[in-house]
Amino acid sequence: MEKPTPYIRADLLRRRYRAEKRFRLYGVVAIFLASAILITLLGAIAFSSIPAFTHTYIGLDFDLQAGDMTENIEDNNWHAILRKALYQQFPEVKTRRDKRMLGKLLSIGAADRLAHKFAANPSFVGQKVQVYLPASDDFDLFIKGAIDRTLPESDRLLSDKQIAWIDKLRAQARVKRQFASHVFLAGDSREPELAGIKGALIGSLLTMFVTLLFSLPIGIMAAIYLQEIAPKNRFTDLIEVNINNLAAVPSIVFGLLGLAVFINFFQLPRSTPLVGGLVLALMTLPVIIIAARAALASVPPSIREAALGVGASRLQVILHHILPLALPGILTGTIIGIARAAGETAPLLMVGMLAFIVDKPANITDKATVLPAQIYIWANNPERAFESLTSAAIIILLVFLLFMNATAIGLRKRYQKRW
Amino acid sequence: MTETDKTVKTHKTPEAEDRVKIKARRVNVFYGAAQALFDIDLDMRLNQVTALIGPSGCGKSTFLRCLNRMNDVIDGCRVEGDIYMDNQNVYDETLDVVELRARIGMVFQKPNPFPKSIYDNVAYGPRIHGMTQNKEQLDHIVKKSLRRAGLWDEVKDRLSDTGSGLSGGQQQRLCIARAIAVNPEVLLMDEPCSALDPVATAVIENLIHELRQRYTIVIVTHSMHQAARVSQKTAYFHLGELIEYGDTSDIFTRPQHEQTEAYISGKIG
Repeated sequence: MEKPTPYIRADLLRRRYRAEKRFRLYGVVAIFLASAILITLLGAIAFSSIPAFTHTYIGLDFDLQAGDMTENIEDNNWHAILRKALYQQFPEVKTRRDKRMLGKLLSIGAADRLAHKFAANPSFVGQKVQVYLPASDDFDLFIKGAIDRTLPESDRLLSDKQIAWIDKLRAQARVKRQFASHVFLAGDSREPELAGIKGALIGSLLTMFVTLLFSLPIGIMAAIYLQEIAPKNRFTDLIEVNINNLAAVPSIVFGLLGLAVFINFFQLPRSTPLVGGLVLALMTLPVIIIAARAALASVPPSIREAALGVGASRLQVILHHILPLALPGILTGTIIGIARAAGETAPLLMVGMLAFIVDKPANITDKATVLPAQIYIWANNPERAFESLTSAAIIILLVFLLFMNATAIGLRKRYQKRW
Repeated sequence: MTETDKTVKTHKTPEAEDRVKIKARRVNVFYGAAQALFDIDLDMRLNQVTALIGPSGCGKSTFLRCLNRMNDVIDGCRVEGDIYMDNQNVYDETLDVVELRARIGMVFQKPNPFPKSIYDNVAYGPRIHGMTQNKEQLDHIVKKSLRRAGLWDEVKDRLSDTGSGLSGGQQQRLCIARAIAVNPEVLLMDEPCSALDPVATAVIENLIHELRQRYTIVIVTHSMHQAARVSQKTAYFHLGELIEYGDTSDIFTRPQHEQTEAYISGKIG
């Protein structure tokens, strides 16, 4: 008997281990690089969004008498009342020009805010009260340190006089930074200190609702038909190839299609979640069909045979056995498709959802915009305060998407069955 | 009623023993262009176990799946010829395939319980066929079927547990219970023990002996010992042709054909 298998040469073995170690190192480096880039990106956005979540407020004194007020408290000339209170703080400001400059320290929305405060607290009338009102965006930037007072006056957003007034207000402790609830509660505005994400958020939710309503049932039905019922022939092959191609079509093409079909042909209203949702449903459909077919195909044939074997009809096999087992996979695919649609801007550009819309939409036929479109609009605005607001909107969108993906993973974990 | 079920003894006359339940004539099966079965003529008798043996790819499973038309769902599979059950053509256009599959139960190679509870596994067939009016009747059927499958005592306290939590042998018996719950006339078994250990196999084989009293059984098996143990008739398939068919005792002691002899003596296969 000769020796069985020859032993492995030591140098070869060493080389193999070295190769393995090297390969592992490449993997670690790749993961490290990827996460470093991601963390840098997210960190930068998160950091630049921080200022947007606070705003500067100015405390002003009011001493309003019931006799001077109209019956409906909001009908008063709050602009005049506000001006008066402001000028009282600065008796030295006399000229019309200076008064105008002084007025610019307050936000345009300050008078409205004042009216709301008094409407909500009728007891304020007849007593001395201090009310904090939003400062203008330039004032706010100065407080946040974004305006350098050492620059020459002509290069600054605030004049020397304005800075002196601000210093006086600060000396009187009338300036404070507060959580800016308007970022979450307000609709869009030209003024960064009044602009909020709520309109776009509602628009996004309504649009997603329409997308889901149309793409999920159609997608599941199409997938079931193609996977379980349709005969395998040239025609169904053609359909399959086209569905796969559709999933790779640039999203703006769906926008053009939506413009031509939904708006021009069906005369649906422009800029609404209805049209936007339909366009995104078209875009999401192939993704859902592909995911649903994969989920259906992954149901083991033994389950199918078992059900057929006890005399279940084709429909019963699908409804009682295959669909329940495939549903977690279908839902995961759907949520990922919807999440992709939620981050989409290009197709909505074509149906007029990339628009400045102040009112919050109440239903799917109201004019609306969506989160990614809002980010784009804000990024284009010239006011510097929109910079941080844009970052804040990006963070909100990311949280929104993260939530959706977490839901997808949760659903899959919860309903996944073993067989 | 349940207790008497178990004690039914079959004293069949020789003629009844020999009554043909399923009759296959000139069955040819094609997968696309390839032919899998060639002119199979085979009779399967009432209350007998007919074993189909032969090397892998010989077409025995294909033949079995023709009997309850499970081949219908395979793309590109075409069946020619006639299969009669009680003189009714299984491949008749007017025959309802769903009803046929209720009359011919099937047990598969790998235990394939539904990912549902043990109770629901067995109750599924009776439910979809509307065999019961109320819960008591369904409970009764479930109990009876599990008892006949020899599983009742092991699972009676955990009927709501999922079927996939059982052991392999228990799962296979659960599948048998599921198949007999719809009260079929014929039971097809496609290598029912190939995924089981010898102990579980012995349990199933004993079960087949008992089930024979009530059903006509056709079993595909790779194990010649199993065929010898459980069947009365054996058919030997080779490359899609039926080589030899006869009483099991004859086939294993006095094979007429040299290919059969080679297979059962272990020279091929």
